[in-house]
Order: sequence, then C-alpha cells, then structure tokens
Amino acid sequence: MLRTKLRRDALAFVAAVSILYWFLQPSADFVVSLLPLEHGSRLAGTVSFFVFEAPKVLLLLLIVVFVIGIVRSYFSPEKTRRLLAKRSPLVGNVMGGTLGIVTPFCSCSAVPLFIGFIEAGVPLGATFSFLIAAPMINEVAAVLLFGLFGWRTALIYVSTGLFIAIAAGFVIGKLKLERYVEEWVYSVKAADPMAEGRKDFDDRIRYGFTAVRDIVGRVWPYVLAGIAVGAGIHGYVPQDFMASFMGKSAWWAVPAAVIVGVPLYSNAAGIIPIVQALLEKGASLGTALAFMMAVVGLSFPETIILRKVLKLQLIAVFVGVVAAGIIIVGYLFNFIY
Amino acid sequence: MIIKILGSGCPNCKTLERRAQQALEEMNLSAEIVEVRDFREIAAYGIMHTPGLVIDEKVVSAGNVPKLEEIKSLITANMGSV
Repeated sequence: MLRTKLRRDALAFVAAVSILYWFLQPSADFVVSLLPLEHGSRLAGTVSFFVFEAPKVLLLLLIVVFVIGIVRSYFSPEKTRRLLAKRSPLVGNVMGGTLGIVTPFCSCSAVPLFIGFIEAGVPLGATFSFLIAAPMINEVAAVLLFGLFGWRTALIYVSTGLFIAIAAGFVIGKLKLERYVEEWVYSVKAADPMAEGRKDFDDRIRYGFTAVRDIVGRVWPYVLAGIAVGAGIHGYVPQDFMASFMGKSAWWAVPAAVIVGVPLYSNAAGIIPIVQALLEKGASLGTALAFMMAVVGLSFPETIILRKVLKLQLIAVFVGVVAAGIIIVGYLFNFIY
Repeated sequence: MIIKILGSGCPNCKTLERRAQQALEEMNLSAEIVEVRDFREIAAYGIMHTPGLVIDEKVVSAGNVPKLEEIKSLITANMGSV
C-alpha cells in the first residue's frame, strides 16, 4: 500500500489534517483567550465564531476535496456517456443524476459535454439529470453543510438535490423537447475520443492533490469571506430577526427565496455560511435550502452558455422545472420541520 | 505545424495558449497557434471538456492544462506527423 513516496505523502497529508482538526477547539479557545476581548460581548462572540469555524471548514475542505478527487479519477465524461447511452427513462435519470455527482465537470464545458452526450445517444432527459445534478450537488457545499450543521443537513442537501435532478430530467424527457435542441447538434459527427491512458493509484493521488490545489485554492477566499459575514450576523443580528420574513409563517418566503436566488451567482462556498447565519436567526430550513439551491444550482452564466445548443423554449422549461422542484422541496422541508 | 487551442475563452484556455506559446519559444520552433471557439468545431474533435490541445489535427490533451514540460514532450511526440 505504501510502496511509493506519493502514497506516503498522501497518508501524511490526511494524518496532518486530522491531527490539526483534533486540536482545533483547544487551539481556537487559546487564540481567543489571548485577544483583548470582553467576555460575552458581541465582538467576542463574532471573533470566537470566526476563529473556530474558519479553520474547521478549511480543514474539512482539504480532506473531502482530496478524497472526492480520488473518487472522480475513476470517472470521466466519456465513461459516463457510455453508461448513459440509450437508457430507458427513469433508469437513465437516476443514473444521470448520480453520475453527475461523481463525474468531473466544469460548467464552462457544459456545451461540449451536452453535444458529446447527445451525439452518443444519451436521452435528453438523462442528459438534463446529469446537467442539473453536476453543479447543484457540490462537494464544497456538502462539506460546509456538514461542518456547520451536521451530517443530517448535508445528507438532506445531497438527497434532495439528487431528487430534483432525477425528477426534473424525467419531466423534461417526458415532454419530448428534442425539437428545441438546435438542429446542428444532431448533425455533429465527432471524432473518436482520445484513448484514456491507464491510471495507477499514484495517478489518482496526483489527481486528488491537483483537485485540492485547484478547488481549495480557488474557493478559500470566498469561504473566509462567507464565514466572516456569517460571524458578523452571528454576533450582531438580533435573534429571530429573520423569522418574520424567512420563517415558516410566511408562505411566500420559499418562492421569493428562489426568485431572489436564481439571478444571484455565487459559488457554494460563499453562500453557505450566510445561509447558516440566516438559519440561526430564525429563517426556516426549507426556505434557506431553497435559497441556496437556487443560487448554486441555477447559474446564470451556465444558462447563457447553454443557449448555444438549446432554443429559448427549452432553456425556459429547464429553468422552470428546476425552480419548481426547488420550491416544492422548500415547502416540503418547511412542512416537515 | 499547427497548434489549435479548443475552448470558449475560459481562463484555462488562455493559460494553455500562453503555455503552448512559451513551449514553442523555448524549443525554438515556429508554429501557428489557432484558437478554436466554435462549439461545432470543438465537438467535431470528440472532446467533452475544454480546453483541448490539438497538434496537427490530433487531440493530445483535453480537460486540463498540461504543464510546460508536458506540452513540450507532446509537441516533440506529435511533430511532423502531417
């Protein structure tokens, strides 16, 4: 198992992060005790929140992004489309949504990916299940939810995201909207994909470290900014401030959260600490979840880029069906909790 | 030699283009670098993630930005195939 230097490095990395995580609470308490803060004051609350939460989330991110990176090295868009080609409705949607979580995906490649799927005979519905799940169920978001709310909320997020992807893809497939894909897409004759080299476990570890550099390297400022805003709300916004307009009693809160959330474009990392703060001050879980999913799942740039291969009608159906799914999930959670 | 960068102008595509340029300069080679932004053309190369690197009509990498040294060896390996 530990035959190569890289494998030992990987183990050392995981061990180092775990040890730091283990000592986080005492070290954070120690740092806070060194600061000239009045105990129990608003500022003290804000600062100790930040000093504990920020490193905690960053450490969790390092580990999870590394592990997901290794998992993703077993998947590729080429393999995924082979698995999805000519699948019957429901099965295709379930597989499309699930593979959307584990296949490496960047929304900047949404168009070539769409063309590649359609060209290989992947049904439109399964393609959409994939395209909805891939950005919506995001490992950074899952980590933040796990770190800040616990595993139940993280699980709720992943399973409802998957459910929306499957259901929305199924509906889009049933509506027979193939004619709203730009005609030229069907006439693309693509060359055979480049042969994939064989990967050994060292390559997968390298892939994991690259993912850590790319993803954590890109999102850490947003994470810190988000937690800082969250810490500010934690310390300064009065309890139940949000309850009046983001609480359960306001029936319009869920659709309003989605309408506000769709045009907002942020990565998952920046939005979740804010959602945490909202929840803490009395916003209900369904409303906060709907807001987050609308921001993360329906991104404006991706929709615009998809216009190159989809006619306006299909874009409208796509956004409409996903938004409806998010609203239903929001109400459902407000109803349950 | 013609080197094509396939991509929609994303930051990674720009990085790849700069790096390919640098590789050529350091290898004292001259080649035409063409940026391909049209999705029809990109799709015809059979790639599903950008940026793609094409040397003399052969796709040599897709979905990531190879390091400078890797680009150099890709150029050496695929040079003069046309």
